[in-house]
Amino acid sequence: MEKKDTQWPLWEIFIQANPGIPHKHVGSLHAPDAELAIQNARDVYTRRNEGISIWVVEAKNIRASSPEDIGSFFEPANDKVYRHPTFYKVPDGVKYL
Amino acid sequence: MVKDEKKLLAEFQAKIDKGVKIEPKDWMPEHYRKQLIRMMSQHAHSEIVGMLPEGNWITRAPSLRRKAILLAKVQDEAGHGMYLYSAAETLGIDRTEMLEQLHTGKAKYSSIFNYPTLTWADIGAIGWLVDGAAIMNQTALAKGSYGPYSRAMVRICKEESFHNRQGYEIMCSLAFGTPEQKAMAQDALNRWWWPAIMMLGPSDDNSPNSAELMSWKVKMESNDSIRQRFIDRTVPQGDHIGLTFPDPLLKFNKETGHYEHGPINWEEFFNVVKGNGPCNKARLKARVDADKDGKWVREAAEAYAMKHTEKETLAA
Ligand SMILES: [Fe+2]
Ligand SMILES: [Fe+2]
Repeated sequence: MEKKDTQWPLWEIFIQANPGIPHKHVGSLHAPDAELAIQNARDVYTRRNEGISIWVVEAKNIRASSPEDIGSFFEPANDKVYRHPTFYKVPDGVKYL
Repeated sequence: MVKDEKKLLAEFQAKIDKGVKIEPKDWMPEHYRKQLIRMMSQHAHSEIVGMLPEGNWITRAPSLRRKAILLAKVQDEAGHGMYLYSAAETLGIDRTEMLEQLHTGKAKYSSIFNYPTLTWADIGAIGWLVDGAAIMNQTALAKGSYGPYSRAMVRICKEESFHNRQGYEIMCSLAFGTPEQKAMAQDALNRWWWPAIMMLGPSDDNSPNSAELMSWKVKMESNDSIRQRFIDRTVPQGDHIGLTFPDPLLKFNKETGHYEHGPINWEEFFNVVKGNGPCNKARLKARVDADKDGKWVREAAEAYAMKHTEKETLAA
């Protein structure tokens, strides 16, 4: 039997635009391995100097929170206003706090 | 707890009305998903097939400068196809499946790419008119509700403006060149004007089920309104370089501030969409052959990757 045609695994691509800033997700592509994923990412996503560094992660290795749980999952942070500096009163005239 | 469909639909619509993007894992109506897959894969196919008419002139570009530019443009179109295939995949369709649909003629691509590129001036006309029309359409789509599609559109629009300009520049050089060159530019405009106008899709009274798609922000603007904007912006550009449009009824209406145009030959449009344009068969064949001829490369790269992983596993 003829071997079934392949479309290679899916890779998610992250690009750092300039030094000192985080890598940002830009899209995905198919490639047989990490090395070619990086090559392809350069051609597909950085044709106009959009980046100085590329990360590739095979899509199957990414786990994500599920949108249905946004409420219960992120809610615990909602009532903890004391985590923000604006929660605290500082007497007038006091500086550098 | 399973929320009922009605409530989910209301939440979905509310999100869209607020301008919140829909992301791949969010709930969405089946019709929304289907429609987007159809649009996005068609769009991706158009980018890929769109490389063929222009690719035809890469080896014959009149100067090294023009050749480098055309190469870069065609490479951009390949990139656009890639962005769009991967954006479509987030909706749960496989790229192989989309390509299969293209190769078997089940999926459509833009009708415009079924016209031939007979002279170098056609490369100018394509950049100016075809990319010009595509930009009108794509800037509207960039405001659409599906996150991955709209982000791909933003990226694509940024790249398109050079496509449009390089085409107009070619038309300028020819229009201000020798009488033969000017005639060549005029001939290209004569042949590409109507197909470019048609590529923005059937007129509104002939394009069903738009209301729901509009409210879901899958479609952002009606075909006729995009077409009008394209005409309004493009005609003065042609006038400026002394070319004339092949439409004797084309005239500016001072009251409305818009150009009026003659009747569009929709019979021709639907005929080309059906597969009877001058190049439909050749385009499809080129795609199928490219896929076939590239198969061994895909297999070799995969075999190499496998061998590599085996080695790594053994070494570990
Ligand atoms: Fe494009
Ligand atoms: Fe383009």
